[in-house]
Amino acid sequence: MDFRESWHMKTFIGIDLGSTTAKAVLLDENRTVIGRGITNSRSNYGTAARVAAGEARIDARFTLLRRSLAPAAGEAGAAGFLAALERAFRLEQFLEQLADLEETCLGQLKSERFAATAGALSEVLKAVFQRVREEAPELYAPGARRKPDFFRDIAGSRFHAHSEIAAKEAGVALDTLLDAYDKSIVEVENRPPSGDLSAKLKRAAARAAESEGDASHLPQDRIEDALGIELEETYLVGTGYGRATLPFSKEHIRSEILCHGLGAHMMYPRTRTVLDIGGQDTKGIQVDGNGIVENFQMNDRCAAGCGRYLGYIADEMNMGLHELGPLAMKSNRPARINSTCTVFAGAELRDRLSLGEKREDILAGLHRAIILRAISIVSRSGGVTNEFTFTGGVAKNDAAVRELRKLVEENYGGVTINIDPDSIYTGALGAAEFARRAAGA
Amino acid sequence: MSTIITHPKVAKAWVFKDASMAKQKEMMNRHYGRLADAPQTGEKVASTFVPGNLNELLMCFGFAVNLPEINAIQNGLRKTSGNFVMEAEKIGHSEDVCTYVKSDIGMMARGNIGPNGRRLPDPDVLLLSCTGCFTFMKWFELLRERYRCETIMFHTPYMADGKIAPDMVKYMVKQLEKDVIPKLERVSGVKFDIDRLREYLKKSARAEDDLVWVLQSAKATPSPIDAYFGGIYYIGPIFGAFRGTDDAIEYYKFLREEIEGRLAQGKGPVTPGGDMGKERYRLVVEGPPNYTNFRQFWKMFYEEGAVVVASSYTKVGGTYDFGFRHNPDKPLESLAEYCLNVYTNRSLPMRVDMLENYIGEYEADGLLINSIKSCNSFSAGQLLIMREVERRTGKPAAFIETDLVDPRYFSPANVKNRLESYFQMIEQKRARARAAG
Repeated sequence: MDFRESWHMKTFIGIDLGSTTAKAVLLDENRTVIGRGITNSRSNYGTAARVAAGEARIDARFTLLRRSLAPAAGEAGAAGFLAALERAFRLEQFLEQLADLEETCLGQLKSERFAATAGALSEVLKAVFQRVREEAPELYAPGARRKPDFFRDIAGSRFHAHSEIAAKEAGVALDTLLDAYDKSIVEVENRPPSGDLSAKLKRAAARAAESEGDASHLPQDRIEDALGIELEETYLVGTGYGRATLPFSKEHIRSEILCHGLGAHMMYPRTRTVLDIGGQDTKGIQVDGNGIVENFQMNDRCAAGCGRYLGYIADEMNMGLHELGPLAMKSNRPARINSTCTVFAGAELRDRLSLGEKREDILAGLHRAIILRAISIVSRSGGVTNEFTFTGGVAKNDAAVRELRKLVEENYGGVTINIDPDSIYTGALGAAEFARRAAGA
Repeated sequence: MSTIITHPKVAKAWVFKDASMAKQKEMMNRHYGRLADAPQTGEKVASTFVPGNLNELLMCFGFAVNLPEINAIQNGLRKTSGNFVMEAEKIGHSEDVCTYVKSDIGMMARGNIGPNGRRLPDPDVLLLSCTGCFTFMKWFELLRERYRCETIMFHTPYMADGKIAPDMVKYMVKQLEKDVIPKLERVSGVKFDIDRLREYLKKSARAEDDLVWVLQSAKATPSPIDAYFGGIYYIGPIFGAFRGTDDAIEYYKFLREEIEGRLAQGKGPVTPGGDMGKERYRLVVEGPPNYTNFRQFWKMFYEEGAVVVASSYTKVGGTYDFGFRHNPDKPLESLAEYCLNVYTNRSLPMRVDMLENYIGEYEADGLLINSIKSCNSFSAGQLLIMREVERRTGKPAAFIETDLVDPRYFSPANVKNRLESYFQMIEQKRARARAAG
């Protein structure tokens, strides 16, 4: 596409509202993914959908920038400038929301119950936010690890850390500070971020220029063109669990099972079987050569064997969700876990730890337990037919993947197993393609 | 973003306005009134099951007939079964036990107050007509333990080979002559009169003709009835205590006239939300419905324009659409054949054939299975049934899971998710076929 001639671009958006995260994918008319966005589902699906879609549009803007600068890629600093711009933009976003959070927290102090202490508390809060603000650039420095990446998590962990120190220093109750935070974060999260993209981009560009040096030698006209293209939301399709509460009108909703089937087909056209393990549901789906769903099975009322199970285990073991897989990978003798019930697993876990079993062996056993359950769902949907695509948050977990490979090999022989690094967007991708088709593109 | 936030609509009260519905309501009230009055009127009471019930025979002895599954269903619809199920669990019945059984046991434990708010009488006789459900025997064992009354076991040979052999009928007639009838005579004090039985059977056949006509009206497009959700109401009188009565004849006459009217006007089924909108999907359904969330469940279908054109559940109390009618000329033989024919007594291959035929005859878009969590007899093998029907017909199938009368086993979001996926799957297949054609 020649960007200089096209100031208006049709886009098709798919939104997958999961129990844990909301994902959005933006497709162009050629079925190419130009943007992806993700956010935590929070308590308000409508906001989660807006935020995810907004993130996807921002991502699309960066895609357009990359494309527009592609001819200049050889020029010194083009790639570096773009990366810095993106980091700086994320920092700008963070600071914007942090300012909102600070204002909201301070607003909490106006209530009568703080009448006596509001002055002191407000000073402490301001100091805490100042510290978070000061260290923010480090969080977005090149190579910095931010996992998970949602505002709630980053701001929450930093606020807690600084509050502990500040509360002690000032002699105020830590609980009061945390209470102000808890009440505010939900409010802030459910307030969609401001839409003033260009102002944020300008500030980000200034920041990027500071760190990467002057970008004026890059083709400014192309940058401006890319920023000037209007991304038209031509059609939107939403999908996700708890479908009764999806914030879309009926004609804009497609079944998540169909979306996952189609999304997996788009990623790997030879896919015939799809396994999706999400936060609270596990689906086994059979698709034909066109990505049309032939059959499916999913877990019932019980979320045992889903992503949440691992989340619960992580909490029990006082570990991060992302640390579970790597630790389980160290095991050579997985424990035989009897229960896939999330509640019972906690007790079993504590029992085994007290008996001196190794953490990695227990964890490996837990991973095997959830995959066993998933395989049972896949079997009931019609088994595994080559090629087999594994999607959802759990597909990012190496220990789960290792068990899956083993069980598929044992039960179905040699099968190609596809796992896309962006597999979490599979449902949103399918939804976006449904949107493209619905618009007759 | 062009999103529209939708709010759930408040359900309207379903007004009984058709003559058949008013008649049925009156019949049910009278039925429960008769049972509750039995201790005063001195009428003897027989408890028996719906599949394979020998209503005409029991009427020959003047029994008021109590049907435990119907009580459980009524309690499910009235949302009282949940507490009864938990009561039964308190007594010691496990989570896996059939919830009809637990609803019944729990209701007894809490004073046996029936759906009309009055105490149900203790039975004078338990007639266990055993037709394929393995739980029936255990259930009656529990009832016998409690009531310590005469218990009669009438055994129906399972149709494992897919056909009725002459010996099967002989075996059953012999049981009737040697065991069932003498015991019923003894308990009731009434002498058996075969001509009285013939009269009742003649009436049964008349009502059965009209029932079959009604169920087969669903072959029309659009179908004037829903043969599953609506079908539950249509089978009520004939599966229950009214087969062989003038009431049943009258009910089915009214019903048939109403459906003839709808057919002539090209109308779809009546639903709790009024006349159904455009018919978009025609389904064959295997398995009973969920009763605790019956209207919510039904709504998930009619809101999407899905109509059930044939169901196996409307055959559990008698399969009449392949030609069987109660026959006054062969009274005992025809009772035996009736029992042999009920859906619960049919083998897995017979069930597959039946569902496959329904999909063809009723021009359905596919098969939906509602698998009952606590039904160990009939949920087994349903996935195999589904795959085989799918293979033979080439039509898409889907599987949902709920329960009969345990509200804890109805997960609306999950069921809705699966149903909508299924409807969209059918849509997608159609679009594909159109593109290819």
